[in-house]
Amino acid sequence: MESILSVRNLSTWFFLEEGVLKAVNDVSFELAPNEVLGIVGETGSGKSITVRSVMRLIHHPGKIVSGEMIYRGRGREEDIAKMSDDELTHIRGKELSMIFQDPLTSLNPLYTIGDQLIETIMQHQDVDRTGAWRLAVEALDKVQIPEPEKRMNSYPFEFSGGMKQRVVIAIALSCNPKILIADEPTTALDVTIQAQVLDLMKQLQTEMKTGTLFITHDLGVISAMADRVMVMYGGRQMELASAEDVFHKPTHPYTHMLLRSIPRVDIKQDSLESIPGQPPRMIDVPDVCPFAPRCPRRLDKCSKELPKLDEFEPNHYVRCFNPVEPGGDLYV
Amino acid sequence: MGLVKYIARRLIILIPELWIITIIVFTLIQLSPGTFLDQYRLDPSISRETLQAMEKQLGLDKPAVVQYFYWLGKLVRFDFGYSFYYRRPVIDLIGERLLGTFVLSLYSFVISWIVGVVLGIVSALKKYTATDKILTVIAFSGLALPGFFLALVLLYMAARTGWFPIGGLYSPETAKMDVWSAFKDIFWRLQLPAFTLTFGSFAGLMRYQRGSLLDVMNEDYVEFARAKGMPERVVIYRHALRNAINPLITIFGASLADLLSGAVITETIFSWPGLGRLTYQALLQKDYYVVMASTVISTVLLVIGNLIGDILLAAVDPRIRYE
Repeated sequence: MESILSVRNLSTWFFLEEGVLKAVNDVSFELAPNEVLGIVGETGSGKSITVRSVMRLIHHPGKIVSGEMIYRGRGREEDIAKMSDDELTHIRGKELSMIFQDPLTSLNPLYTIGDQLIETIMQHQDVDRTGAWRLAVEALDKVQIPEPEKRMNSYPFEFSGGMKQRVVIAIALSCNPKILIADEPTTALDVTIQAQVLDLMKQLQTEMKTGTLFITHDLGVISAMADRVMVMYGGRQMELASAEDVFHKPTHPYTHMLLRSIPRVDIKQDSLESIPGQPPRMIDVPDVCPFAPRCPRRLDKCSKELPKLDEFEPNHYVRCFNPVEPGGDLYV
Repeated sequence: MGLVKYIARRLIILIPELWIITIIVFTLIQLSPGTFLDQYRLDPSISRETLQAMEKQLGLDKPAVVQYFYWLGKLVRFDFGYSFYYRRPVIDLIGERLLGTFVLSLYSFVISWIVGVVLGIVSALKKYTATDKILTVIAFSGLALPGFFLALVLLYMAARTGWFPIGGLYSPETAKMDVWSAFKDIFWRLQLPAFTLTFGSFAGLMRYQRGSLLDVMNEDYVEFARAKGMPERVVIYRHALRNAINPLITIFGASLADLLSGAVITETIFSWPGLGRLTYQALLQKDYYVVMASTVISTVLLVIGNLIGDILLAAVDPRIRYE
C-alpha cells in the first residue's frame, strides 16, 4: 500500500548565537494510512521537532533547511515543505492534526469548549453554526465526554486533565484528518487516566483509520500503541523497524540500553539500569555517530564517521557500525 | 446577584480603609514641623493677639486628636472643611480645580493607553526587528526621562519658538472668545503638559503590553490554534491578544486613581490650575483640610478604580467569578 506521508532527508536546524543546533538531521520515514508509527527517544533527541516540522510549526530561529514531506491524502503528491502559509491553514487541522503534550495548556482558557470546536469545524468544513454545533457535539460524544450537549458551554478550567485531553483529541479529530500527530499526549496525565486516554486513542485510530505519528519517551506506551517504531538519538534516526522487532530483536546498542532501563515488576531490582553519560548538546556537532561517547560497543571509526542507516534485515533499519546480533550480548 | 453583593462588600470595606488612611495622613501632617500660622509669626506687622485670635478661629489651639475628630465629624456630613489659606470651603476650591485636572489627565490618559497598547502590540509582533528596537529605545527614554526635565525642555522650546503657549489653562482673552475659539485655545494650551504626562506613562504600558503578548504567544494554546489551521490573524487577535489583555486591565484599574492627582509636577511647571498643584501648595502651607480632602478623593478613586478593574477582569475572563 502506498504511504500517505513520505518524509525524506528532513533536516531542521536552529540558528542560535552559540552556533547551529542540528535538532533534526537527515530523517526519512514513511507513514502508511492506518499505521501508527511510534517515535521514541530521550529529551532533546529531536522527536518533537521532527513532527513539528511535518506540521510546519517551526519558528525563528529554527528553519527546515532541507528535505521533502510528501503528503498523498488529497489524491496527488504535495510537498508540505513547499506550501505557502495560506495553503498550510487548509491542511492543518483538516488533513493533519496535532495533539500537544500538556492538555492543561492546549486549550484557550477564555473560550468555551464549544467555541474552540466550532471554530475549527467552521474553518475547514462548509457548514453554518448550527451544523458545526451538531458536529461538535458528535465529536465530544466520540471521545466519551458525558452530556456533550451541556459541556459545549463549559470552559476548559471546568474540566479535569484527562477530560481536557479528550477535548483536545475531539478538536484534532473533528475534521477527520488522515494523519494525526500526537506529541507525548499522555505524559502530563496520571497513570490511570493515561491508560483510558490511550485506549480511547487506539480505538478511534482503528475506527477512523488515521495514520498516526506517536511520540513518547515511555516504551511501555509505545508497545501498546505502535505498529512500527523509530528510535531517535541526537537528532538522527538510530533504528527503524516493526514494534515487534524493536522490542524483541533490538539491534542498535542505544535501543538495547533504552529497553534495559525500563523498570520491571517481574524481577526484583535493587537499582534501575541507566545509560551512563548525558545526551549530547547538538550545537556544531561533527558528522559522526552521536551515541558514540556513551556506547559500550564503540569502535574507533564510530567517532570518525557517521554510519549509514542500513537495512539490517528486511524492513529493519539500523544506523550502527557494530550492531548487536539478534540474541547477542550488548557488552563485548 | 453575586456581583452586586461583591461590589457592595468592596464599597463597605472602603469605609474602614478610608478611616485608617485619614488617621495616617493626619498624623503625618501633624508630625511634620511647623503649622499654618508660622508664616504669619515671621511677619512683625502681625500682633501676638491677632495670631492668638487666628489660632482660636482656625481651631489650631486644640489638641490634634480633637482637631481630627472635629474634621471627621464634618466629613461624615460631606463637609470637607475650610481652607486656612484661601478662607473658603475646600469643596469649592476642589470643584474649581477639578475641571482643569480632569481635562489634562483624561486627555493624556486616553492617548497614553491607545499609543501604549498599540505600539506594545506592534513591538511584540515584530520582536527583535528594527521597528521593535526603535520603539524600545523610545519607550526606555520615556521611562528614564524625568517628567520635570522634559517639561522644562518643552517650556524652553515653547518660549524660544513661540509655537506653543508657555502655561496656564486660559489665556487673558478666553472670556471674550466664542465657544469654538475658546475650545481651540484650551486644546492648544493642553498639548505641552499632556505630552509631558503621556510620554512618561505610555512607555510603561507599551512594555507591559509587549511583554504580556510575547508571554502569551509562547503558550501551547496559541500553537494549538495554529495546528488547528487558524490563519495567523485569528491566532493573534482572537487567541493571543485576548489573553494578553488581562494584566493591563489590572493596571488600568489602578491608574484610574491617578486621574485626579497624578500630575503635581507637570501642573506646577506649566502653571496648570489643577488639583495636583492645589494639593502640593496646601502641603507646603500646612493647609490641613485641603490636603485631607485631596487624600480622601484619591483613596476613594483608588478603591473604585481597582473595583472597576476587577469587574472588567471578570467580564473578560470566565475563570474569575465573584461570589
